[in-house]
Amino acid sequence: MAIRERLSGNEAISYAIKQVNPDVMPAFPITPSTEIPQYVANYIANGEMDTEFIPVESEHSSMSATVGASAAGARALTATSSCGMALMWEELYVAASNRLPLALCLVNRALSGPININCDHSDSMGARDTGFIQIYAENNQEVYDNFVQAYRISEHEDVMLPIMICQDGFITSHAVENIELLEDDKVKKFVGEYNPENYLLNSKQPMAVGPYAVSNYYMETKMAQNAAMENAKQVILDVGKEYGQLSGRTYGFFEEYRLGDADYAIVIIGSAAGTSKDAIDALREQGMKAGLLKIRVFRPFPDEEIAAALKHCKAVAIMDRCEGFRGKGGPLGAEVKAALYDHAKDVKAFNLIYGLGGRDFTVEEAERIYKDLEAYDKEGRDFEEYRYVGLRG
Amino acid sequence: MKKTVEIRWHGRGGQGAKTAALMLADAAFKTGKHVQGFPEYGPERMGAPITAYNRISDETIRVHSNIYDPDYVVVVDETLLDSVDVTMGLKPEGAIIINTAKSPEEVKPFLKGYEGGVYTLDAREISEKTLGKYFPNSPMLAAVVAISRVMEKEDFFREMELSYQHKFAKKPEVIEGNMKALHMAYEEVE
Repeated sequence: MAIRERLSGNEAISYAIKQVNPDVMPAFPITPSTEIPQYVANYIANGEMDTEFIPVESEHSSMSATVGASAAGARALTATSSCGMALMWEELYVAASNRLPLALCLVNRALSGPININCDHSDSMGARDTGFIQIYAENNQEVYDNFVQAYRISEHEDVMLPIMICQDGFITSHAVENIELLEDDKVKKFVGEYNPENYLLNSKQPMAVGPYAVSNYYMETKMAQNAAMENAKQVILDVGKEYGQLSGRTYGFFEEYRLGDADYAIVIIGSAAGTSKDAIDALREQGMKAGLLKIRVFRPFPDEEIAAALKHCKAVAIMDRCEGFRGKGGPLGAEVKAALYDHAKDVKAFNLIYGLGGRDFTVEEAERIYKDLEAYDKEGRDFEEYRYVGLRG
Repeated sequence: MKKTVEIRWHGRGGQGAKTAALMLADAAFKTGKHVQGFPEYGPERMGAPITAYNRISDETIRVHSNIYDPDYVVVVDETLLDSVDVTMGLKPEGAIIINTAKSPEEVKPFLKGYEGGVYTLDAREISEKTLGKYFPNSPMLAAVVAISRVMEKEDFFREMELSYQHKFAKKPEVIEGNMKALHMAYEEVE
């Protein structure tokens, strides 16, 4: 029997952390992720979990300590947002290249400047090439579910990569909503114990972590990381399916909402997907075949699968909550368009920038986008290849 | 109850408007509703205008935007009437509830011709009488439940008492005062 609760996104992921009870959590506070180490520290102080919490003096140190703990053989994690992640940049690559299956709870927030505490995806999108697995959530339920699945994916012997569990700053992190939780024993059984094959504290098998790699070795290391990322695809699907058997909520690379017969589709990440679903239902009642592809897994990028899901659409709007500054759109736009070029050339796709720095994305805005796609398709009206939506009038 | 009731809270940082929105979400959740309670942050500082929101529904809530056409508006600090367009988008079949010692007739001139229900409550007086301090959020919470009827009166008081017992486990002496504040506000809002 699932436990019915109401929690904010930060409470939800903290509750999942408590249930998983990892070994080590170094952290440094930054809005809007501060509550996560705060809640975890409370659980520890109350004797509800026995994770070793390490308060550090910066995010450079929090990720360094997480890397150290993970290399030592511990199940480790940290949490951050925005500039906090920017300060751990160097260590993100260290974590991935050393094949450390640690978890990073990221609460997405805009990067400075201008300084801004609200949601966009520029922090995690900037880190898309670090070698972390990236999984995003629409709501509190998905944040919780994704964290429970995190170590099963990252610690799998075919993967051994760090994993980033992302949620939208404030929009989900600080919003209290209904949620269904699993019982502690079910979570513990699902996640299991971490028994690393190689680890620093194993005195029987001395090893070095993070030594210099000359050119003879560096490139093979990268290729091996990429092979692990490719392996992660099957593991993510297997874990998502097994989680479905446990919880009734099955997860894949992305969610298709009324996409099967859709003429017009939005491709989007995170909380704005729910808002788009309300728009789709309203438009469907008016007779428009509108649909949605909500990206859950951005790394590894499921390009063939996305192209196959969109190939019948007449026009697609790819929504980026992040500017790429290439003059032609954001990262999701670039990658989905590349996927379509390789596997579904006939689909016309546009790239829209929305929601930067917490700019609200509304049902009306989503409806307008679908109507613009329809007008382009049916009336030949102009639709810029790349544009901003939701700007002030 | 209509499909989804949307409520917008206006307050100043430190007055507990966000807390009140979360308490309302809590109480409604416990009566079996689907809920959302969330704040909108500008620059965070004591005294700055803040907004918080509630959605309460019998169905799953998927939308994650702010609320622009609320059914109800709660104004926790009447000095906001000068600077914030509190009735913006407020549905005419809805209502606004303002924390003030003034009567509805006296505040109407500040509401830009809003034609829906206008209710006032002297939350300061109630709070000072029952708690000895100025915490306007509990009385305003009871007022919005009384006006919006998002849950049954008995359910609301039962859930609030349980919630206070949990929240104030270490200082049970304030539970009675808070409950009194809720009851007074529920009866007095006009």
